[in-house]
Amino acid sequence: MDAESEPVPQRRASRKSVQFTDEKLVVDADGSVTMVASNDDTKETAMSHTPRTPPLSAALGAFTDASSHSQENATAPVESGDGAADDGLDLSLMKKKKKKVKKDDESAVEGGDEAAPAAEDGAIDLSMKKKKKKKVAKEDDEFAKKLEALNLEGKEGEEGAAAGAAEEDVQEGDWEKGTGIWQHDEKKVISYDLLLSRFFAQLAQKNPDHASSGTRSYKIPPPQCLREGNKKTIFANIAEICKRMKRADEHVTAYLFAELGTSGSVDGNRRLVIKGRFQQKQIENVLRTYIVEYVTCKTCRSPNTDLSKGENRLYFITCNSCGSRRSVQAIKTGFSAQVGKRKKMQG
Amino acid sequence: MSIENLKSYDPFAEADEATGNTNAPPKDIHIRIQQRNGRKTLTTIQGIPDNFDYKKILKVIKKEFACNGTIIEDKDGDVIQLQGDQRVKIKEFLVDKEAGLAMDAKRVKVHGF
Repeated sequence: MDAESEPVPQRRASRKSVQFTDEKLVVDADGSVTMVASNDDTKETAMSHTPRTPPLSAALGAFTDASSHSQENATAPVESGDGAADDGLDLSLMKKKKKKVKKDDESAVEGGDEAAPAAEDGAIDLSMKKKKKKKVAKEDDEFAKKLEALNLEGKEGEEGAAAGAAEEDVQEGDWEKGTGIWQHDEKKVISYDLLLSRFFAQLAQKNPDHASSGTRSYKIPPPQCLREGNKKTIFANIAEICKRMKRADEHVTAYLFAELGTSGSVDGNRRLVIKGRFQQKQIENVLRTYIVEYVTCKTCRSPNTDLSKGENRLYFITCNSCGSRRSVQAIKTGFSAQVGKRKKMQG
Repeated sequence: MSIENLKSYDPFAEADEATGNTNAPPKDIHIRIQQRNGRKTLTTIQGIPDNFDYKKILKVIKKEFACNGTIIEDKDGDVIQLQGDQRVKIKEFLVDKEAGLAMDAKRVKVHGF
């Protein structure tokens, strides 16, 4: 596993640009939560040792979610994903455990002392979380206060330097409706910040594509990996992914084989059978590099491109949205070592 | 006295013939991984410039990464083959300016999953 889960620093950069569907939400929402849950688990050593068997549905959910977690924190253990996916379940189990502890306490300790440990037990988990949150919140508050103070100071300074305090209030109005300061025959000087914000608002309004292209990520369905026997991996939805990327199956297959250093075949249902054991996230990584290299336009980063064979055996990518054309390297297998004795005999 | 500009020099001549010092773009270094049986893997490094002594590199690598390795003669030059997944470490080694080969990080291509 260590060999497979090692993060490749090169690819970190490209993470954001290519995303696999259904996972973004999970990652965004649970990314931080996951970490919190795992931390708590490790802190309470007793809890982590208790045999937890999540119900089948939850386990399945975790299984399907695993891909998404693998994307964001590739190095994080799957356990953490479990914890986040069924947070409620964890809590309930913990509570059960705590009740038992309470009973033990009741039997062991006198009535007066009961409340304190029980309360502690009940509150351990939550309080930990809450404390953390509070701390963060406090920091935020302090920061915000400082910011506000700075802003106030700045404003005062500006106002002092400029005309006066009144102007700050007057700089209002809806530019869309053309009221207030934005009136056509208004002669007051509009502050630069307001003009700038109006410019960006208009830009975003008039060109929705342009504005969103920077942030929107390219989504393809996550690869489905099945294991065939012990040594083969089936890449089930390669046809779908290729269709989505508008690339020939053969091209993607060749790239996959070259990168993974293996061989394979296509079975009856157009699924790809790869020799060797590969996990979904590994295939994802390779697909990501493929997309960066052979799908996205380097100029406008649009995935809406066509790959075509040019005049002299060179492949060219033509972008459909900006019209740029660039050549791409042919897929090279490179050196591949002889693995196993039998192959050596043949070759 | 000769004027520099008027020297007869054919810019389109093959670089090798004329001067010998080719300014051809240096080859990329490819680091690949291959799966063996079970969880075992091989790492291959292809394209280290010829002016390096492969044997010495291998000796250092073997000691540093605590893995075995060999030099394999391939049709496009020699290839260093190491046992296990050493891709990240190898890349660091190749790029490292003091303890490594001080290669350009852009030229080191890490393949595989």
